[in-house]
Amino acid sequence: MTKFLQRWTVFAGLVVVWQVLGWLADDPFFPPPSLIVSAAWEWWVLEPSNFFDHVVPSVERLLGGWAIASLIGVSLGLALGRSDRAMEYAGPLLVFLRSIPPPALVPVFLLLFRGGTSMQLATIVFGVIWPVLLNSVDGARSVDVTKVDTSAVFQIPRWQWVLGVVLPAASPKIFAGLRVSLSLSLVLMVISELVGTDNGIGSQLMQAQREFDYTRMWAGIVLLGVLGYGLNTALLAVERRVLAWQPRSRDEQHA
Amino acid sequence: MSNMLEVADLGHTYGDHEAIGGLTFTVRAGELVCVVGPSGCGKSTLLRTISGLVAPSRGDVSLNGSHLAVVFQDYSRSLFPWLSVQGNVEFPLRGLPRAERRARAAEALEWVGLGAAARKRPWQLSGGMQQRVAIARALAYRPSLLLMDEPFASVDAQTRFELEDLLLRVRREHDTTVLVVTHDIDESVYLGDRILVLSGSPARLVADLEVPLPAERNQVTTRTDEGFVALRSKVARLLNVGKPSMDMEKWAAAERESLSETVSS
Ligand SMILES: Nc1ncnc2c1ncn2[C@@H]1O[C@H](COP(=O)(O)OP(=O)(O)OP(=O)(O)O)[C@@H](O)[C@H]1O
Ligand SMILES: [Mg+2]
Repeated sequence: MTKFLQRWTVFAGLVVVWQVLGWLADDPFFPPPSLIVSAAWEWWVLEPSNFFDHVVPSVERLLGGWAIASLIGVSLGLALGRSDRAMEYAGPLLVFLRSIPPPALVPVFLLLFRGGTSMQLATIVFGVIWPVLLNSVDGARSVDVTKVDTSAVFQIPRWQWVLGVVLPAASPKIFAGLRVSLSLSLVLMVISELVGTDNGIGSQLMQAQREFDYTRMWAGIVLLGVLGYGLNTALLAVERRVLAWQPRSRDEQHA
Repeated sequence: MSNMLEVADLGHTYGDHEAIGGLTFTVRAGELVCVVGPSGCGKSTLLRTISGLVAPSRGDVSLNGSHLAVVFQDYSRSLFPWLSVQGNVEFPLRGLPRAERRARAAEALEWVGLGAAARKRPWQLSGGMQQRVAIARALAYRPSLLLMDEPFASVDAQTRFELEDLLLRVRREHDTTVLVVTHDIDESVYLGDRILVLSGSPARLVADLEVPLPAERNQVTTRTDEGFVALRSKVARLLNVGKPSMDMEKWAAAERESLSETVSS
């Protein structure tokens, strides 16, 4: 409980300071939190259609893009990581593709997919696949030689080798990649919605800004923050469960 | 008795380093054979070629039966931390129905006295217990040949004695054929029906000795038995323990060579 308080006092303090400063300044650019919250309430709760037409599609794109990227990233990464030959061929290509800033590809995808959800998904997938892919490669490579030999000696079937040895051995690295990708997904979701679409949190942000409705703009930004925080917390909870097998501290570990 | 393992003129070279130089021997079914040799002579390499993990540079290994289990020198790393102890023992049994898998693993864990630890993670156990898990896994697999690479090298003396007796007991009860690599002379005499003595790098067969001791061994009485003591000294002599002979021999060989060169020129 004290830990909880510790963690949130600074945050709550800042909100209070902002509230007071916001009142004092009375500047339309920086509305106090109370106004932002009431704007959010009016915008998404009192008008549920706004929530279902904008927030839900955004979250779907974010999660959809992240899931596709994770699936491709993990399977490709594990395959590449276990084959030196394939990595020799694909390595330079991967480094090259990864170096392209994903927002630069938005216009390309815009042309390719003529806007809409597939263009946004493409942007997110292309942008967030790299941390998962490269971490999976790393993880798959890190399988201990003794475990490789053990698996070979017992002649285990291929599926057990992939799912029972390589995947779990790589999973700590994979989760590190998944976390980075998830936060990136949020960024790219917003970027991909700034152009070529009229729904989603990103497009609403743009619209609010164009209409000089700064309170709504701030409400959108806060919503993104809350969303990012919530998703990250959820993923951490999953990670803790999945990686519960890891030896936690030195003194718990005998050998 | 039929042969479980036949090794013919087996040699292995890493780059330009000859690790094994032409080994020929057989292991009969049901036998426990110990391989002793100086550190770094190529004992692990020998096990790796027999188990098919490395293709030998020359020679043949023929195995009577396809089931082979290895207890690695690095046993703690050979266990999977994401599986429970039970899961680790079941690891090689995936092809079997679930119930049989369970039963076999539970049985093997009983043999090594770890029935109570089945649900723990390997890293929650002591070194000696982890080694017993590795042994249980190998036994649950019911191998036609069990290969062990210095299995008791990194546990304390007390645990070591217990594990040695455990090995003797389970292999007698289950009639397992075992090949144990060790660099401990006493251990090789205590465990073995036969001892293969290897020379230093590259490993060559120096002697193939029958152990003239009754099948039933005892940590106290066997180790003071006359036959035990005599054989131990013999193996030690064969390994050149306690003599500064290695360098002397090299020196003598070099000397002979330079002499013959002088003579021939
Ligand atoms: N993968 C490898 N590549 C090159 N050289 C190797 C390799 N593995 C082993 N060697 C060399 O081959 C020789 C034999 O190694 P090996 O591990 O078989 O010895 P060992 O008898 O098991 O030693 P120890 O008693 O220390 O376990 C050593 O000189 C070692 O340096
Ligand atoms: Mg070795």
